[in-house]
Amino acid sequence: MIALDHVTKRYGTTAALDDVSLTLGDVGVTALLGPNGAGKSTLFSVVGRLIQADAGTVTIDGRDVAETPSSDLARTLAVLRQDNHIAARLTVHDLVEFGRFPHSKGRLTVEDREHIERALDYLDLGPLRDRFLDELSGGQRQRAFVAMILAQDTRYVLLDEPLNNLDLRHMTEIMRLIRRLADELGKTVIVVLHDINFAARYADRIVALRDGRVVADHDVSGFMRPEVLADIYDSPVEVHQIDGKPVALYYE
Amino acid sequence: MTDAALTRTDAPVRTRPRRVWTGALIGAALAVLAGASLFIGVSDVTPASLLAGDTDAAFLLVASRVPRTVAVVLAGASLAIAGLIMQMMVRNKFVEPSTTGVTEFATLGMLVAMVLWPGMTVVGKMGVATVFGLVGTWVFLRVIRAVPVRQLVLVPLVGIMLGGIVGAVTAFFAYRLDLLQSLGQWSQGSFASVMQGRYEFLWFAAAMAVVAWVAADRFSVIGLGEEFATNLGLNYRRVMAIGTCVIAVITASVLVTAGIIPFLGLVVPNIVSLLVGDNVRRSIPWVAGLGAVFVLACDIIARTVRFPYEIPLSVVVGVIGAGLFLWLLLRKGSRAH
Ligand SMILES: Nc1ncnc2c1ncn2[C@@H]1O[C@H](COP(=O)(O)OP(=O)(O)OP(=O)(O)O)[C@@H](O)[C@H]1O
Ligand SMILES: [Mg+2]
Repeated sequence: MIALDHVTKRYGTTAALDDVSLTLGDVGVTALLGPNGAGKSTLFSVVGRLIQADAGTVTIDGRDVAETPSSDLARTLAVLRQDNHIAARLTVHDLVEFGRFPHSKGRLTVEDREHIERALDYLDLGPLRDRFLDELSGGQRQRAFVAMILAQDTRYVLLDEPLNNLDLRHMTEIMRLIRRLADELGKTVIVVLHDINFAARYADRIVALRDGRVVADHDVSGFMRPEVLADIYDSPVEVHQIDGKPVALYYE
Repeated sequence: MTDAALTRTDAPVRTRPRRVWTGALIGAALAVLAGASLFIGVSDVTPASLLAGDTDAAFLLVASRVPRTVAVVLAGASLAIAGLIMQMMVRNKFVEPSTTGVTEFATLGMLVAMVLWPGMTVVGKMGVATVFGLVGTWVFLRVIRAVPVRQLVLVPLVGIMLGGIVGAVTAFFAYRLDLLQSLGQWSQGSFASVMQGRYEFLWFAAAMAVVAWVAADRFSVIGLGEEFATNLGLNYRRVMAIGTCVIAVITASVLVTAGIIPFLGLVVPNIVSLLVGDNVRRSIPWVAGLGAVFVLACDIIARTVRFPYEIPLSVVVGVIGAGLFLWLLLRKGSRAH
């Protein structure tokens, strides 16, 4: 379990996270939604010890993030950030290999290599493995980053907008992969999404943030209601049942 | 895991013939140039004279030619590695000790040692230069924290400005204390005065190169940026501190032995990056080899152009290095657009 206890993070006068208490990781896939600037990325950064909260504590499986050795956490929790810019000229294989660093410290075992191959395979990167990252399209690069996180093989996987830059097919494939991570490999995935319908189709639980606070926290059927959605985004959203599944329409 | 994935694991890594050939070429060049370096000079030392049992020739070889060749190889390899490590730490391809003020700080250290403790041993001077080099690296890293990583050109510009300021301060005091000439003399890169007993500090540089080699994967991860490094459980600060020591010790020990060798740490890692990429574990032998070859070649040119006189190595390295750097820059530009 990832537990946030009265966590606050301020930038100047704006509170990116405002006294948030939240427990994540009880179900396989949790989607984190909310308008731009709601505090989603900040929440990931605090949980992933990338920034320090001003107040409150974060514990992972009962261990305080601030006091657990970083190298231990790296084997429990992996975070993919929203913007990733790598200046170094690395191949796809190099990058995925670094995902094994918390386990291998640079000396790859047979098991490490298997994880690397599996990650490359899952993300459809076999043909691109020897390509340099700066020779890839945005979506291919995004898949390489997800493969790296996958190779890290942690119980908790935090993905901040992993669908960025992806085409329709790869968006669905990443979401299916996330489902498989939870269902087949028993991992706990928390994913920031902007598309309500992807969240409704693939997540077990949906948490919405707004202005640094949790404003909704439901299972899918509880979340996909016009009044809940309108509240979060301040704009009207219709919900229709298509093939027995709720679909939000927000194009008007 | 599928069967297909398993067989692929066992399949040999795709061979890259061009890479293998280039690697062999660098190895061969290193052997040939090192051999040539042993037998070039005013007095005649030839393989034949050695075989004939010429004791003078043997003495010259051991006391002067071997040390010089070893010194050139160590300095070239380790300076190039210092450049590589710095580029990973700063995440910028255009930095190296001499474009970031580190060399200038170390030079200032030498001046301070010369003024305050005139009788100091060379090891002592090197120690002082190392401390100043550490401070210089730290100051540079501190200053560029304010510059966004993506400002590729701004970072080295800030470094060059920093170097300019420190260099000016050094020159001012050297002028006031009438030390300008001796300062110029030894900071002008040259291996001419290297002989037995005068080059051994370079083994400190070699030791740091080994440290960099051992920690290669950590420096690769650092090159991904602080967030990636933290996510992968790396102690970011500690690795940055190790890198700072590597850079400072290498810069200082090359400085006290051979003076300033500009551009090397910039040009060599950039060429290697084009060939094999930036995975430090893979690129570091290339960087070391090419760095050694580059300085060996430049040193031989410096010894032969005006034979029997020597021209300063820093002039040769400067001219060739600047040319190569310009070529890399234009190439990069054409690729980016
Ligand atoms: N480094 C920073 N300095 C100042 N303010 C910041 C910084 N990072 C985030 N903020 C502010 O904190 C708030 C939350 O930002 P955060 O990045 O967490 O939003 P988000 O929910 O991830 O938004 P998005 O959907 O656009 O990615 C925003 O108001 C943002 O302007
Ligand atoms: Mg965000």
